[in-house]
Amino acid sequence: MRARVVHIASNTFREAVRDRVLYNLIAFALLLSGAAILVGQISIDIEKLVVINLGLTAVSLFGVVIAIFIGIGLVSKEIEKRTLYTVLSRPVRRWEFIVGKFFGLAGTLVVNTFFMAIGVFAALFYVSHKFVRADALILVALYFIVLEFLIICSVALLFSSFSSPLLSAVFTFSLFVIGSFAEDLRGFAGMAHGFTRWLVTGAAYLLPNFSAFNIVSSIAHEQPVAAQLIWQNTLYAIFYATMALSGAVLIFEHRNLK
Amino acid sequence: MNQRRKISIVAGACVVLSLAASALILRRTDQLRPQATAEDVLFLSSPKVLKRASLGYDGLLADIYWTRAVQYFGGRHHNNAQSYDLLFPLLEITTHLDPQLVPAYQFGASFLAPPPPNGAGQPDRAIQLMEYGIQNNPDDWKLYYDLGFVYYMNLKDYQKAAEAFAQGSKVPDAHPFMGVLAAQMAQHAGEFDTARMLWSASYENSQDKQIRANAIEHLRALRVDEDVTHLQQAVTRFGERTGRLPVSMSELVTAEGLQGIPVDPDGHPYKLTPEGRVELRVPDDFPFATKGLPPGFKPQPKFRSQDQ
Repeated sequence: MRARVVHIASNTFREAVRDRVLYNLIAFALLLSGAAILVGQISIDIEKLVVINLGLTAVSLFGVVIAIFIGIGLVSKEIEKRTLYTVLSRPVRRWEFIVGKFFGLAGTLVVNTFFMAIGVFAALFYVSHKFVRADALILVALYFIVLEFLIICSVALLFSSFSSPLLSAVFTFSLFVIGSFAEDLRGFAGMAHGFTRWLVTGAAYLLPNFSAFNIVSSIAHEQPVAAQLIWQNTLYAIFYATMALSGAVLIFEHRNLK
Repeated sequence: MNQRRKISIVAGACVVLSLAASALILRRTDQLRPQATAEDVLFLSSPKVLKRASLGYDGLLADIYWTRAVQYFGGRHHNNAQSYDLLFPLLEITTHLDPQLVPAYQFGASFLAPPPPNGAGQPDRAIQLMEYGIQNNPDDWKLYYDLGFVYYMNLKDYQKAAEAFAQGSKVPDAHPFMGVLAAQMAQHAGEFDTARMLWSASYENSQDKQIRANAIEHLRALRVDEDVTHLQQAVTRFGERTGRLPVSMSELVTAEGLQGIPVDPDGHPYKLTPEGRVELRVPDDFPFATKGLPPGFKPQPKFRSQDQ
C-alpha cells in the first residue's frame, strides 16, 4: 500500500518537473536579485525588510499558484488522457491514487520552497553581509507557508475530484481569498445574532483560515513566534488537509468513471 | 542556409526592430502628453481597504508604498514643488499596512515637517505620524527623539519638545542625551548648543549617507550662524565704543583682540560690508545658513531644513 502511494507521488513529482514547474525558480531568482540591488537605490532604510517581505511573499504566491494550477489538473488530466484507467486497472485503490497525488504535489512544492529559501537567504546575505540569530525566524515563516500549501493542495484536489479544471481553479482561488479574510468572517459572526450567527460561525470554521499562517510582516521586524502557534498551526494544517483529502477520497470513490 | 534558418533570422530581426520601434513611438507619445505619466494619483486612499486587499501580504505592500512615498517626495523636491498633497496619505497607508515600519515614521516626519521647498510644510501631520508611530512602537526611543525634533525645529514648542525628549529618556536603552535634551528644552537655553546636539545626534543615529551628509551641512551652517552672530555683536560693540563702523575686518579683529581674521568652515574669511554686515564669501556653499547672507540671497533647497 505504502509503496503504491510512494510510486504515484514520485510520478506526480516527475510529471511536475517535466512540465517545467521548477522554471518559476528562475523568475524568483531574477525578482529577488533585482529587488535586492534596486531597492537600496530607490528607497530608504528597508533593504533587508524588502528582501524578507518580497522573498517570502513570492515564495507564498508562486507556491499558491503552482498548488492551484497543478492541483486542479491532477485528477481531471488523468481522466482526459485516459491514463487513470491504466492506473486503476492495476492493484491501485482510488484513495491511494488521491493520497499519492497529494504527496507528489506537496513534495514538488517543498522542493520548490527549499530552493527559493536558499535564494531568500542568499539575497539577505547580499544586503546585510551577515546573518543574525533573528534570521532563523525566516525558517518558521517558510514552514508556515509550506503548511499553507498543504491545505491549498488538498482543497485543489477536493475540487478536482468532482469538477472541471476551470471551476476547480475558481473554487480553490476563492477559498484562498476567503481564507485570508477568515478573521473578518469571525468578526462578522461576533456581530450577528440568532441563525445568522450560527451560520457565519459554521462557515468560519468550515473554510480554511490562513490568517494565522501569515507571519511574514512580524518576522521581517524580528518579532519572535510563540512555540504554541507553531504546533497549533501544524495541527490545524494536518487536520484541515486530512479533512479535504478525505472529502476528495469520498467523492472519488463514488465517482462513476465509465 | 536552409529555409527554417532564414525564417528564424527574419523573425528574430522583426522582433528586435518592432520592439525598438514601439519603444520609440511610446517615448514620442509621452512627450506629446507629459501630464499622463507625470500626474500623481492615489487610486486607493483608504489604508483599511488596502490592508484587506493585500490578502495578508501587507508587509510587502507597505514596503512598496514606502518606496512610493520616497519617490514622490524625491521627485517633487527635485522639481522645487511647493505642495506635497499625496505625501501624508502615502505615509499613512504605509504605516497602517505595517505599523512597525520605523523608517517610515522617522524619515516621513522629516519629509513632512520642514517648510517648502525642503519639505511639505506640514509639521502637524508630522506630529500625527510620529504619535501613531510611538503608539505602535512605544519602546523605540528614536521616535520620541524625532517627535521632539519636529516640536523644537519646526514649531519652536519647547514645552512639547521637552515632554517628548523626557518621555523618550524613560524608554529602556534610550540614548543618554535624551535626558540632556529634555533639560535644555525646559530651560530654553543654549539655542546653538541644542541645535548642534540635535544634528549631531541625527548624524550618529543614521547609517543613511544622504541623512548624514544633510546633518553635516546643517552643522556647518550652525557654525556659520554662530560665528556671524558673534561677529555682528562685535561690530555693534565697536560702533557703540567709537561712534562709527569698522572699515575692515582687520580693524575689527584688532579692536576686539581676536586671533586672526575669522574664517568660515571652508576656510574662507568672513567679509565686512561698508554697511557693517558680516557676510560669507561663498554663501552658496552653506545652503542652510540663515545668517551672513547677502540681502535677497535665496539658498538652494536641500533635504532637511533648519529653522534656526
